[in-house]
Amino acid sequence: MSPQEMIEKALDLSTADDVVVIVDERSSANLRFAGNTLTTNGVGRSAQLTVISVVGRGVGVVSRAAVRPEQLADIVAAADHAAEDAPPSEDARPLVEGTRSADWDLPAEPTSIGVFGAFAPALGDAFARAEAGGRKLYGFAEHIVTTTFVGTSAGARLRHAQPTGRLELNAKSPDMKRSAWTGVATRDFADVDVAALDASLAQRLEWAKNRIDLPAGRYETLLPPTAVADLMIYLYWTAGARDALEGRTVFSKPGGGTRVGETLSPLPIRLYSDPAAPGVACAPAVVAHTSGRQSSVFDNALPLAPTDWIADGTLASLIQTRHSAELTGLPVTPAIDNLIMEGAGDGRSLEEMISSTERGLLLTCLWYIREVDPQSLLLTGLTRDGVYLVENGKVVGEVNNFRFNESPVDLLGRLTEVGAAEQTLPREWNDYFTRTVMPALRVPDFNMSTVSQAN
Amino acid sequence: MRQIDPDFLALPMRRLADAALQRARDLGAEHADFRLERVRAETLRLSDASLEGSIDADDLGYAVRVVKNGTWGFASGIDLTPEAAVKVAEQAVEVAVISAAVNREPIELAPEPVHSDVTWVSAYDVDPFEVPMRDKVTLLAGWSDGLLRDPRVDHVQASLQQVKEQKFYADTAGTSTTQQRVRLYPELEVMKTADGRFETMRTLAPPVGRGYEYLTGTAWDFPGELARLPELLEEKLRAPSVEAGQYDLVVDPSNLWLTIHESIGHATELDRALGYEAAYAGTSFATFDQLDKLVYGSQVMNVVGDRTTEHGLSTIGYDDEGVATRRFDIVSGGVLTGYQLDRRMARLKGLGASNGCAFADSPGNMPIQRMANVSLLPAPDGPSTEGLISGVERGIYVVGDKSWSIDMQRYNFQFTGQRFYRIENGRLAGQVRDVAYQATTTDFWRSMAAVGGPQTYVLGGAFNCGKGQPGQVAPVSHGCPSALFRNVRILNTLQESGK
Repeated sequence: MSPQEMIEKALDLSTADDVVVIVDERSSANLRFAGNTLTTNGVGRSAQLTVISVVGRGVGVVSRAAVRPEQLADIVAAADHAAEDAPPSEDARPLVEGTRSADWDLPAEPTSIGVFGAFAPALGDAFARAEAGGRKLYGFAEHIVTTTFVGTSAGARLRHAQPTGRLELNAKSPDMKRSAWTGVATRDFADVDVAALDASLAQRLEWAKNRIDLPAGRYETLLPPTAVADLMIYLYWTAGARDALEGRTVFSKPGGGTRVGETLSPLPIRLYSDPAAPGVACAPAVVAHTSGRQSSVFDNALPLAPTDWIADGTLASLIQTRHSAELTGLPVTPAIDNLIMEGAGDGRSLEEMISSTERGLLLTCLWYIREVDPQSLLLTGLTRDGVYLVENGKVVGEVNNFRFNESPVDLLGRLTEVGAAEQTLPREWNDYFTRTVMPALRVPDFNMSTVSQAN
Repeated sequence: MRQIDPDFLALPMRRLADAALQRARDLGAEHADFRLERVRAETLRLSDASLEGSIDADDLGYAVRVVKNGTWGFASGIDLTPEAAVKVAEQAVEVAVISAAVNREPIELAPEPVHSDVTWVSAYDVDPFEVPMRDKVTLLAGWSDGLLRDPRVDHVQASLQQVKEQKFYADTAGTSTTQQRVRLYPELEVMKTADGRFETMRTLAPPVGRGYEYLTGTAWDFPGELARLPELLEEKLRAPSVEAGQYDLVVDPSNLWLTIHESIGHATELDRALGYEAAYAGTSFATFDQLDKLVYGSQVMNVVGDRTTEHGLSTIGYDDEGVATRRFDIVSGGVLTGYQLDRRMARLKGLGASNGCAFADSPGNMPIQRMANVSLLPAPDGPSTEGLISGVERGIYVVGDKSWSIDMQRYNFQFTGQRFYRIENGRLAGQVRDVAYQATTTDFWRSMAAVGGPQTYVLGGAFNCGKGQPGQVAPVSHGCPSALFRNVRILNTLQESGK
């Protein structure tokens, strides 16, 4: 039974007042490597059916994997029963009026180990070069294609195929004391130049041959796009309107309400999402498998539009469901699966920013980022895989790693330069979020709280 | 004792396994294993006593893993027919063949006795999936309502996560295991805004390998804990900000479990110590050359790994490579004496048998070395928590976990907690706030002056510990007593944020 047939059948079988049926067909392929050799690998396929039944204001959600046709009636009945048995949901709304994707009738799009057909030999060549050059390569390559089908009793028939590829490449010296990292997001691995990435890592390992120990303290710091992505993703995840309204986030206004409309940065930065953004395109409509603080099953199939979260340095929107939008009196601005940050104009490249730095730190990436204080959105974490000292416009050596304690919201108020935006792979959050376009940032006083001995 | 659910046993597990393993043999695999798995997970979330969201989901499928010409191959599938299982086996072999071009290290596995047709079920009384959702919502809503009636509480968040994991494993050596286990994690958090600030206070009840009886009076006093939350929250709101500096710490098990998890549990995974996790979560300062040499902590430090602990989240009879689980030493008298192993790691370093730490979180993922229940042992005649506090002139008592972060070699860590109390002249002197403690792993454990007795021991744990690429989550428990640490660095988090 095709996903479309399964959806139509489930909609027919349900006796609930309203029904949303979601099918997620997913296939994946991955390669993992360490020390110039492959360690694990695999291919996989999964199919998940989610039935969301609504009876009155009660909701029942049942999700099952690998559903066979003869199981469908039982699953729908279980969701219907759960909805009858459920207490009223406060986010209950009429379902979104239906639209139909032009490609609704197409099947799910798969991937396979063949996606690495050109990449795997190139990686093998890189292993050989690294071995000869006294480097060890570590990393992970993954390609996932998820095709999501959404059908609702309000007439929506939506299909979206989302390819998500990522490569993380990490080079280390044989004694493991010098380390450099790079990563790229890709839709199909056709655009991944392993040799060029390996060459850039070799350059950074060369920089690291001159080791400079610096104490903890506040330093002028250049944050590259990947580090900015990790910080801004956390900010974005925290930007739920309902939490802000209840006074529990950095975006809460003391005394009540949200900080929407408040200036966060003296620089005219823009942080936004756009489902159609080139290179980072994502689902054009809400797909919610369950309701939560930032999502509502009743919003399924709601069209997504370009949304400014921060515009001209001012907090413009928070993540809203239709329910939270009513509570806050602000427009409906649901979450979107990409994030883009830009400064005014084109901005300089990271290399140009380095060349104009008198003395400062250049990071590679951030790691183990966790929230210390939700009120200020104080985050802690570590630098990783290369912190370099820049003096008089040149990298002069590698510095020890640091633990940082910083708030990305506070940082926005202290920026002194925003570089050119480019597509980048977040380091820490790329398990969950890969579609980002970010600039490098210059921060005059980044808080390096303590030294980390880790290499 | 509970039995494995008949509907799982009714799945065509042996037919699929036989077909897949035979095909792998025919294609020349040196080793092949088959795993059919169903993971059912239900989550409920309530906001201010109203159901905010719920989902009852499962993941069902199977995996074939092979070693062919010294290279791993892995594939997973969802169609429960022998023909499909054969195709998945062929895919696994194909992946191994393609991958051999970039493999320079032949895969060999440590030997393990054959465990033929064995079953294992975890210790629980009431299957949470047999309890109607309405009953669970009613219980959580009732608890939330009670808290909301207290003027010291503005909002209440409540959640309940429940998992039933069922696995059938078979390999070409002749081992076959069928297992089932249940775990759940209830959590309630209260929140209050005052004077332009807000604070939260969360329950300390740990996630457990128990059934629904955990919520109705077995092993935890939820009504008693909930009754104390408003007062604790109010005190935290009124508490003074901590003065940064060096303090003696008495750390409660509700906080120390997480420090153990990050600084001992992950640091003594041999795959990590050998660099196989280097590009992702990192390596470890506890490198293999330091086995039996590294002074990890003080002489009162004794740590074991144990996948047989009753009600532990990592507890199971046989791991995902068919290895019988066991208890083993990790730190003895303060010295590193062991690692957590899977069959490949055990063979690679000539350590004999695996100690049963292979785990895959779903049928779609390959088993990797995951954490046993790693626990700090109490002193047999050790003091109570009050006894530990009485030996501190100026210090802080740390209760409950909150924020955690550690570097990629497990040296530098920073943790916060649910609440912190000043200790003055051997007595608690009220809560302080804005506290984080920061240390280097070996400095911290070497500063451990005393561990509490068995009466202070609590089995805490993590419901979803992340590791590996592709990312996998694993449940793991950590038991520990209260413990006393001398001269630890305390940060003021307000000052850290520049306020």
